[in-house]
Amino acid sequence: MAVKVRIPTPLQRLTGGKEEVEAAPGTISVIVGALDAQFPGIAERISEGGKIRRFVNVYVNEEDIRFLQAENTQVKDGDEVSIVPAIAGGRS
Amino acid sequence: MGFMKALRCRECSREYPIEPVYVCEFCFGPLEVVYDYDAIKKALSREVITGRRKNLWRYRELLPIDGEPQAGLDSGFSPLVKAENLAEVLGVRELYIKDDTVMHPTLSFKDRVVSVALTKALEFGFDTVACASTGNLAHSVSALGARSGLNRFVFIPATLEQSKIVASIVYGPNLVAVDGNYDDVNRLCSEIANKYKWAFVNINIRPYYAEGSKTMGFEILEQLGWKAPGNVVIPCASGSLLTKIWKSFKEFKMLGLIDSLDTKVFAAQAAGCSPIAAAIKAGVEVIRPVKPDTIAKSLAIGNPADGFYATAAVKESGGWGEHVSDQEIIDAIKLLASTEGIFAETAGGVTLASAKKLIESGRIDRDSSTVVCITGNGLKTQEALAGHTGRVHHIKPNLASFEDVMKSIGR
Repeated sequence: MAVKVRIPTPLQRLTGGKEEVEAAPGTISVIVGALDAQFPGIAERISEGGKIRRFVNVYVNEEDIRFLQAENTQVKDGDEVSIVPAIAGGRS
Repeated sequence: MGFMKALRCRECSREYPIEPVYVCEFCFGPLEVVYDYDAIKKALSREVITGRRKNLWRYRELLPIDGEPQAGLDSGFSPLVKAENLAEVLGVRELYIKDDTVMHPTLSFKDRVVSVALTKALEFGFDTVACASTGNLAHSVSALGARSGLNRFVFIPATLEQSKIVASIVYGPNLVAVDGNYDDVNRLCSEIANKYKWAFVNINIRPYYAEGSKTMGFEILEQLGWKAPGNVVIPCASGSLLTKIWKSFKEFKMLGLIDSLDTKVFAAQAAGCSPIAAAIKAGVEVIRPVKPDTIAKSLAIGNPADGFYATAAVKESGGWGEHVSDQEIIDAIKLLASTEGIFAETAGGVTLASAKKLIESGRIDRDSSTVVCITGNGLKTQEALAGHTGRVHHIKPNLASFEDVMKSIGR
């Protein structure tokens, strides 16, 4: 088994149209690096200087990594990672 | 001819042309209007401003339009009330209420942002405007859109109170009640915005719409005699209003329209929804989303889009954040009404109650000037006061019955 990573529509151009890709277990930082090796350019879109960009939300099994160990959050076999751009709109 | 140069991503600084877009294609950050301040400095002076009509367009060079204003020609320039009775109760030297409870035409500060959004929508050639809202924004889009002759689609949660539905539908928009909560409505609107070529004021028009909030700040500075206050207390929902008022102060300073700027900016929230105040108090950048539970429904945004920027503005200015309970909100609404004769909606109660706590805790200096921003009218949220107001005296139509009342109140 591996880690499933869900890719948002605006980034699927980089993954050849794939909505879901796989990566080996590890920290979020390691997984982002591995994704970039597979799909060059993806790391730059979702992170800067090793930190996930402010308007990109990353969830591990539906929990926002900001409330886990951020980029150091460990992802195990069978876990699911979702990359979701925050909609930079308001609701008021 | 306007003074806009481009849209720029607040995060990665990539630039985009002036179009109905709102999010950076590269890093997903929000886009903001960039102005040619050198050209504005040549065009705009105190004399130019004061020679114009008293509406929000007197600062038009600093608003994101190309041609003539096309909406809200009677909006803006609300009173800055010197609140001497309230100052005495709170024990401060100089206190002002920026009173958007009397904003034309729908009695909240949303008429500022919608005036700019509709003018921009017309410039872009849209014939239909839309929004998702539970209250003030729906009223403003419905009303100002009617006057501009635009088709209007207003999306609300189906559970909305009847009084709020009437205050929108009377203007004749297409009012769409969605089975679901506010988040469901918002998600649906994002999908609709992708499919229909409409101007969603707080989605694809947001970079322009949000600039309208600056006019509240410009007016405060002009009405204080081209001076910045010592403190300004601002309610936070998405955090956009606070961010833009701070921006307006900095723009006036940069353009030399005020001589100095040493204002502390304070964020006011309800205890039942205080992600921004909580981040300020904890000294962190990350906004932790919450599930709102407060009577201040117009401020009930659990995951505020501009929370990061609002927190940064408060920090940069040396201000602070405060949050208050539902009871404190009600008490503050009654205090403002009974001292200054101004009836604020629940958001205004949040702002005044927060100001009171900030004064008591010493965060706001009692000897410097303070402006409290009141953003909406209490007639819109009367249900919040049910059971909390004074008692009505019911009498028979004769003098004796009235004399009994006089005795009972000790007169």
